[in-house]
Amino acid sequence: MINSFEPVIVGFFCNWCAYRAADRAGTLRLHSAPNLRIIRVMCSGRVEPQLVLKALREGADGVLIAGCHPGECHYEAGNIRTLGRFHLVRNLAGQFGIERERIQLAWVSASEGAALSEKINRMTAALRALGPLQWPQVISGRRQ
Amino acid sequence: MQERSKFAMYWASACGGCEIALLGIHEELLDFATVFEPVFWPCVMDGKRSDVEALSDGAIALTFFNGAIRNDDDVAMARLLRAKSRLLVAFGSCAYEGCIPGLSNLSSARDHAASIYLENPSTDNPYSITPRVTTTVDEGELHLPSFHDTVKSLRQTVDVDYSVPGCPPEPHQIQTVIDMVMKGGDLPPKGSVIGAGAKALCEECPRLRREKRVRKLYRLHEIIPDKENCLIDQGMVCMGPATRSGCTALCPKAGMPCIGCYGPAEGVIDQGAAMLSALASIVEVDIEGNGDDAISRQIEDALNSLLDPAGTFYKFSLAHSLLQRARHPFRGD
Repeated sequence: MINSFEPVIVGFFCNWCAYRAADRAGTLRLHSAPNLRIIRVMCSGRVEPQLVLKALREGADGVLIAGCHPGECHYEAGNIRTLGRFHLVRNLAGQFGIERERIQLAWVSASEGAALSEKINRMTAALRALGPLQWPQVISGRRQ
Repeated sequence: MQERSKFAMYWASACGGCEIALLGIHEELLDFATVFEPVFWPCVMDGKRSDVEALSDGAIALTFFNGAIRNDDDVAMARLLRAKSRLLVAFGSCAYEGCIPGLSNLSSARDHAASIYLENPSTDNPYSITPRVTTTVDEGELHLPSFHDTVKSLRQTVDVDYSVPGCPPEPHQIQTVIDMVMKGGDLPPKGSVIGAGAKALCEECPRLRREKRVRKLYRLHEIIPDKENCLIDQGMVCMGPATRSGCTALCPKAGMPCIGCYGPAEGVIDQGAAMLSALASIVEVDIEGNGDDAISRQIEDALNSLLDPAGTFYKFSLAHSLLQRARHPFRGD
């Protein structure tokens, strides 16, 4: 049963770098794992921790936040906010028994389609090995 | 004297602070007693569950229910008082959002039992005796309520008419609630949070706010804050921005950061995540001439003094947070 497990990853991608890198990966016809569901946001700094926790609570196995490299943010420093939140939310999630691999951050410029594709594949493989998160069942007490 | 309306106050998994807070309305309590007759109030008068069971449904006009729902007995009392009360009020942070008992959702019932009865250094329990739901003795069977894995609020257990936040609720707010109920007339919509403000605590905090930039977060013992400026500006973790107003910012006025006992501000789903977001955004970082890793390190250095994010951000609202409980196995280190 566990062999057939395919993780669901919710991706929050910034409009200016990460989403374009994903486009680029597609244009290059690179193979990226289909487990990622991308939500485009204007800036990775818009990704409130509430969104990350909500994705996990509603059944996602992992969350990938992707934005421009520090110093290259379209809005100057939105991604620096992202970095602080990412660091704290991952520590917080750890206290709830959520592994660090399940919340990841990637800096990708618009031209780094290949690097992004590789990141997606690595994360998918890591979550496949970890197994399902199943937070709705954790809350209802059906999974311990 | 005309017949008074029936009043009940009950504690489930609680500390007793809410009952003391009610006494904080002082002589107004005498006015309250001319309108309401306490029929069930374990903290101050003798009474049994059977007394409540004997009442007809809806016989109690107003019930203040404080305490979280931790075991079977709490659930039974919540259901019973719901049936017997016309207005059931989740009174105080525990009944409203789980409060301190809710923090135990970071662990499991089995782990709690193990640390309380077996592993604590001061525990002397040579026969490893732990509580059981059913024990057979010569005289028959004895029962204890079973201990739940997850602490819930009253709102997560039964239908609640109103919630009064606070740990404990401030007496002037309790007075507002009592006045509202005693006056009768139009009550706020069912499910409302009453006896509190709608905005963030910062709105009623007199400290001066500037644009926030911090390089280091201080723990309480590391800093004596000045009297005028915002505590967050001074590098303290003050829950004000994510917390509901209503207490008149008592703690920040006294130089202590808000710990969030009034729960999330109106419109905030997850108090901890909102606070985490606010705090992580104000860290000052040098970007020029630094690579991705060096920038990450600056952020980590600034935020790593926050040793217990879950316990800090969800001190009162963990049971009502998005994640609600930890996944097992979790050890509290």
